[in-house]
Amino acid sequence: MSNDAPSIIDPTAAPAPSRGRAPTPGRRPSTRVYWLYLLPGGIALTVVIIVPFAMNLWYSLHKWKGGLAPMRWIGFDNYVDLMSDDAFWRSFQNSLWMIVAMVIVPTLVGIVLAAVLFDVVGKNIGTRTASFLRAVYYLPQILPIAVAGIVWNWIFNAETGALNEILRSLGVTDPPNWLGVPGLALPAVMIVLVWIQIGYPTVIFMSALQRVAPELYEAAEIDGAGWYRRFRAITIPQIRPETFVITLTCTIAALKVFAPIYVLTRGGPEGSTLVPSYYTFLNFFDKSKIGYGAAVATVLTFVIIVVAVVIQSLQARAERREEEGR
Amino acid sequence: MTTATTGATGAPARPDTPRVVGRTRDRHHRGAWRWVILALCIVFAIGMIAPFLLMVMNAFKSPASYSSGGPLQLPTELYTEGLVKFWNATNFPVKLWNSIWTSALAALFGVLLSLLTAFAIGVGRIRGRMWIVLVFLLANMLPQEVLLYPLYTMAQQVGLNNSGWAIVIIFAVIQCAFGTYLLASVLGTFPKALLEAAALDGATTWRILWQVVYPIVRPTLSVLLLSFFIRPWNEFLSPPVMPTTPDSETVPIALASLQGDRMLDVPTLNAGALLSLLPTLVFFLIFQRTLTRGVTAGAVK
Repeated sequence: MSNDAPSIIDPTAAPAPSRGRAPTPGRRPSTRVYWLYLLPGGIALTVVIIVPFAMNLWYSLHKWKGGLAPMRWIGFDNYVDLMSDDAFWRSFQNSLWMIVAMVIVPTLVGIVLAAVLFDVVGKNIGTRTASFLRAVYYLPQILPIAVAGIVWNWIFNAETGALNEILRSLGVTDPPNWLGVPGLALPAVMIVLVWIQIGYPTVIFMSALQRVAPELYEAAEIDGAGWYRRFRAITIPQIRPETFVITLTCTIAALKVFAPIYVLTRGGPEGSTLVPSYYTFLNFFDKSKIGYGAAVATVLTFVIIVVAVVIQSLQARAERREEEGR
Repeated sequence: MTTATTGATGAPARPDTPRVVGRTRDRHHRGAWRWVILALCIVFAIGMIAPFLLMVMNAFKSPASYSSGGPLQLPTELYTEGLVKFWNATNFPVKLWNSIWTSALAALFGVLLSLLTAFAIGVGRIRGRMWIVLVFLLANMLPQEVLLYPLYTMAQQVGLNNSGWAIVIIFAVIQCAFGTYLLASVLGTFPKALLEAAALDGATTWRILWQVVYPIVRPTLSVLLLSFFIRPWNEFLSPPVMPTTPDSETVPIALASLQGDRMLDVPTLNAGALLSLLPTLVFFLIFQRTLTRGVTAGAVK
C-alpha cells in the first residue's frame, strides 16, 4: 500500500503530487536516520499520553479506591453501572448545552460580527477601527480562566454581586442567586462561555474574509445583489473551510470543558452544571472511585473521537460535492 | 467617482453625479447606515469589556465604600490596600516567577519536540508517517481527564507532585501533539530544491534541520512559542496534578484556591484578578499581531 494516498489525516500528503514512483536522482539515500528525530517526541508522547491512556483503560476495568487500596478486577461492570447512572447521563446532556454555548452561538455571532466588521466598519469607516473592535471582542479569550472565575463569581454573587446590585438599584426586590439555583446556574455558565468564546470565530472569520477575492463582491454588487444576498451567496460558501475547523475544534473543546466549570460552579448546584470531565474529577478526587471515574473518562474519549470523525467526514463529503459541482 | 464612502466626515447621502447611479445609491444607502452599525458594534464591545471595567473600577475601592456605594459607583479615592493585601496573602512574586519559568520551559520544550518530530515526518517522510500523524492527532483530542489519575500516580512515584516540573512536562508534551500536527503540514510543503541542494553538498540531516529548515520556519515557530506560552500561563489542569504547595503554585492555581476564601473582601478579590490579568494583558498588547496570526495559522493549515 502506498503511503502517498491523499488523506485528510496526513497533512503532508496533499502537496506532493509529483513524487510518484520516479526514481529521483538526487534523492536522499535513506530516510532511516530521520527516525532518530522522531525519538524524543515519540518517547515523550508514549510516557505522558499513551501509557497513561492505557493505564486509565486498565483502571476502568477495576474497582479501586486509589492509592495503596487493593484493585479488584470487575470487567465491564463500571461501564454497565454508568448506563443506569443519572449523573452520568446528566453530564452528557449538559455537554450538548456546552456545545450550544461554545460552538453554535459563538460561530453564528462570529460570522455576523466578522462580516459587519470587515464589510461595513472596515470598508466604510476604517480598518483601524475594525481591528480595534476585533481586539476588544478577542480580549476574553486571553483572560486566564481563573480570573474569569473570580470576576464572574463576583458578578453573579447573590448578596454582593454586581449584577444583583444593578438589579436592586433598578427596583428588583429579590434578585436570584444566579449560580446557586439549579435552573439558573446552567444558563449563567453558558453566558460566561459564550462571552469567552466569541472572539475566536470572529478573528478567524475576519482573516478568512480577507482571503475572499473582492472581485466576487464587486461583480455581485454591480448585478444588484444587496448586502444580505452577497453575504448568503458569497461569504458563507467562501468561508466554509474555516467554519468546519471552528466547529471541529470548538466541539472538541466543549466536550472536554473543565476549568470554567471548576472555577464557576464545581458542577453544582445539585449537579445541574455537571459535565463529563468534572464528573471524572469528582469520582477521582472526591468520591475515591478511581475505576468508575476512569470509565467515565474513557467514554468521554470515545465520544470525542466519534464526533471528530463524523465532523471530518462531513467536511470531506462537502468538499467532494463542491468539486463535483464545478 | 464618489468620495462619500471614504470620507470620514460622515455626511450622509448627498446629491451625487448621475453616472453609475445604481451603484452609488447602494453605497449611499450603506453610508447612512454605517454609523448605526458602528454604534451597535461599539455597544457590543462595551458589553464585552464590561466585566473588565467592573473589575478595574472595584479593585480600587475600599470595602467600606463598596458596601455603601455598590459596584457601579465610581471610586472616590484610590484605595490600594486591596492590591497590597492580595500581594502579601498570595506571596505574589513567588507565584509569578513559578508561572514564568514553567510556562517558558513548557513552551520551549513543546516547540523543540514539535520541530524534531515534524522534521522527521514532513522532511524525512519516514515510512508510516500517516499513522504517526494520526497518533499525534488523536493524542491532541484526548480529554485531560483520561490521563489525570495515571499522571497523578506517576508524578507521585517519581516525586514530581507539587513541583513545577509536572506542569512543564505535561504541557510540553500535550502541546507538542498539536505543534507536530501543524508543523508537519508546514514542513510537508518545504521546497524540495533546497533540501536536495543541501544533501548534494553533503550536509547532514542535523545541519539541514538547523541551517536550512529552521531559518525558514522560524516565523511559524515564534507563533507556536507564543501560543504555547500563553496556554500554561492561563489554563490549569485539575488541581491535584498541578502543584498546590505555596512554594510551587502558579498564579492561576493560587487564584483558583483563593476564590473559595470567604474572608477576602470584594476589592481584594478584584485587585487580585486585575493583578493576575496584567501580565497576560501586557503580553497580548506586545504580541497581538503575532498571536492573531497564530490563531489563524491553526485554522487554515
